[in-house]
Amino acid sequence: MRFERREHRPFYLLIATPVIAIIAALALAGILISIAGAPVLDAYWRILTGAFGSRLSATETLTRATPLMLTGLAAAVAFRARLWNIGAEGQFYLGAIAVAAASSKLLGNLPAPILIPLLLLVGAIAGMVLILLPLWLRLRFSVDEVVTSLLMNFIAVLFVSMLIDGVLKDPLAFGWPQSQSVSDHAMLPKLIARSRLHIGFAIAIALAIVVHFIQSRTVFGMQSRAAGLNPAGAVFAGVPLGRTLVKVACLSGGLAGLAGAIEVMGVKGYVTTDLSPGFGYAGIVVAMLANLNPLGVVFAAIFTATMFVGADGMSRGLGIPTYIADVTVALSLLTMLIALFFTQYRIRR
Amino acid sequence: MTQLFDIIASAGLWAAVLRIATPLIFGTLGALLCERAGVLNLGIEGIMTFGAMIGWLSVYHGADLWTGLLIAAVAGGIFGLLHASLTVTLGLSQHVSGLGVTLFASSFSYYVFRLIVPLANTPPTIVPFQPIAIPGLSTLPFIGPAFFTQTAPTYLAILIALLMAYIIFRTPVGLAIRMTGENPHAADAQGVNPMKVRYGAVIIGSALMGMGGAFLTLSAFNSFFPTMVQGRGWICIALVVFASWRPGRALFGALLFAFFDAFQLRLQTALSGLVPYQLFLMTPYILSVAALAIMARRARVPQALMQPYRRGER
Repeated sequence: MRFERREHRPFYLLIATPVIAIIAALALAGILISIAGAPVLDAYWRILTGAFGSRLSATETLTRATPLMLTGLAAAVAFRARLWNIGAEGQFYLGAIAVAAASSKLLGNLPAPILIPLLLLVGAIAGMVLILLPLWLRLRFSVDEVVTSLLMNFIAVLFVSMLIDGVLKDPLAFGWPQSQSVSDHAMLPKLIARSRLHIGFAIAIALAIVVHFIQSRTVFGMQSRAAGLNPAGAVFAGVPLGRTLVKVACLSGGLAGLAGAIEVMGVKGYVTTDLSPGFGYAGIVVAMLANLNPLGVVFAAIFTATMFVGADGMSRGLGIPTYIADVTVALSLLTMLIALFFTQYRIRR
Repeated sequence: MTQLFDIIASAGLWAAVLRIATPLIFGTLGALLCERAGVLNLGIEGIMTFGAMIGWLSVYHGADLWTGLLIAAVAGGIFGLLHASLTVTLGLSQHVSGLGVTLFASSFSYYVFRLIVPLANTPPTIVPFQPIAIPGLSTLPFIGPAFFTQTAPTYLAILIALLMAYIIFRTPVGLAIRMTGENPHAADAQGVNPMKVRYGAVIIGSALMGMGGAFLTLSAFNSFFPTMVQGRGWICIALVVFASWRPGRALFGALLFAFFDAFQLRLQTALSGLVPYQLFLMTPYILSVAALAIMARRARVPQALMQPYRRGER
């Protein structure tokens, strides 16, 4: 069996690829569900209705999709330049804790129209800071940033744990390690009344459009893409590789930090060490499912959120562990990889 | 100061060093073997988690400890086969494939575990490997209790490190692995099949990773809980660079690393209340980043690492 590169890629294939990948992942996860002794179609139906069956669940799913869109964008912009930022989880937490700190210690008294944008900016900057060390190590010592940015996740979560156990601890939390709450007027306005869906959802979609515009229409977008496709060629063509990667890293880390900030200001109001059920890692899958396309990220994030939110109800109803959602999402990364391969190659005997 | 000295002079510290080092030795050797053949295996964190889970589950269901370890190795090998199919046959990005394997293997571990062991307040336990006192040596003062009363997998890990050093540098198989990692085209021209070598290295390397995970549940602890691997896999990837892709140095690096870890654990109790405990918990990760930064310049990376090989295509 040999593989032959396709001369051109038909457009319909690019659209069909994620769909095929998701169906394949659902089929594989279906095997696991049926081994567990539950009816597969019923299980998926429960996931779907659990995620979109009512106004409450639908808004909940979109609320859950919001941080995933941002961490997905963070991964997508970095991966496109072949900057392997796997540290979105840590950047998320740093963004979150920076917001809690700035709101409770420094800026809390400002009026909402100034405070909210300022806090979002603080969160984004905190996320950027965390990616700078791995980036510096790569540029200066050519250390692969995958492992360093990943290790920063553990450091960041422990750092957050230290702060919410110490200087930022909420004295009213009955000794529970939890940060002080952000002030009420720092909370993001609701998008739909009597739901948890907040304006962050709209911000995330707007950012996906902005990132799409940056990538397709600006010099920086072109340079970051060239850096990813062929770094040596890009340098030869006059792309300032180091500077481009710094900008890409700031964009990526900023988006992940913003995800943390928005989660605190939109949903929880305070930080604990279980603020993120792996949003940073799921963002990698979201980015891959979207084939690193910023607009695709919006849909991939909604798919992922659907699995996570829907799995809760399904789990209660059928006794299947909720981890089936994580399994399906991870499987869809692998099936997407294979599906993408076959958009580029065909089998020749 | 005397407190620090007391810590270092205690046999308990050195016994803990070997115990903490064991999963790192397995994992680092596994990752090293893959990388020597030119394949970065970021699936390690997930493979270790799965090894820990399946090893524990087998013993919990009546298998003996060695069978549990073997099952963990086989399971690791299967994930290695998956990673090799994606990266060697299809030539996909080793970064992304490895992350995919990690995400899948760890969530799959939690799923299987929760399916079979329902939520309980106290996690069910097994009887783990017991320390074996090596006759004669274990009665030596200080050294005996520290180094010669470990559990069997610890001795096995050290043996495998020495064996791997011998195989890689002294045998034709080792030469084939090194050539494949440096220049698969040249290896191919010499009649070595780079695809087969890479498959073999990734499968056996991943089997070692599985055993490293199983050590956690079958020897160090007696139960499984999610997130118990705690980044040890990523630390192993850093240790491979620290070891400059040499098994002997990998053994040394893992022991050095474990020394710092065991030391900080004891310092943590000595200084409890004075310094936030999270600072101590951070040290393994900070050390790994530091190790990468220090060694990355001097290290000689296998030249074909992360490059897919297709015959007749460059």
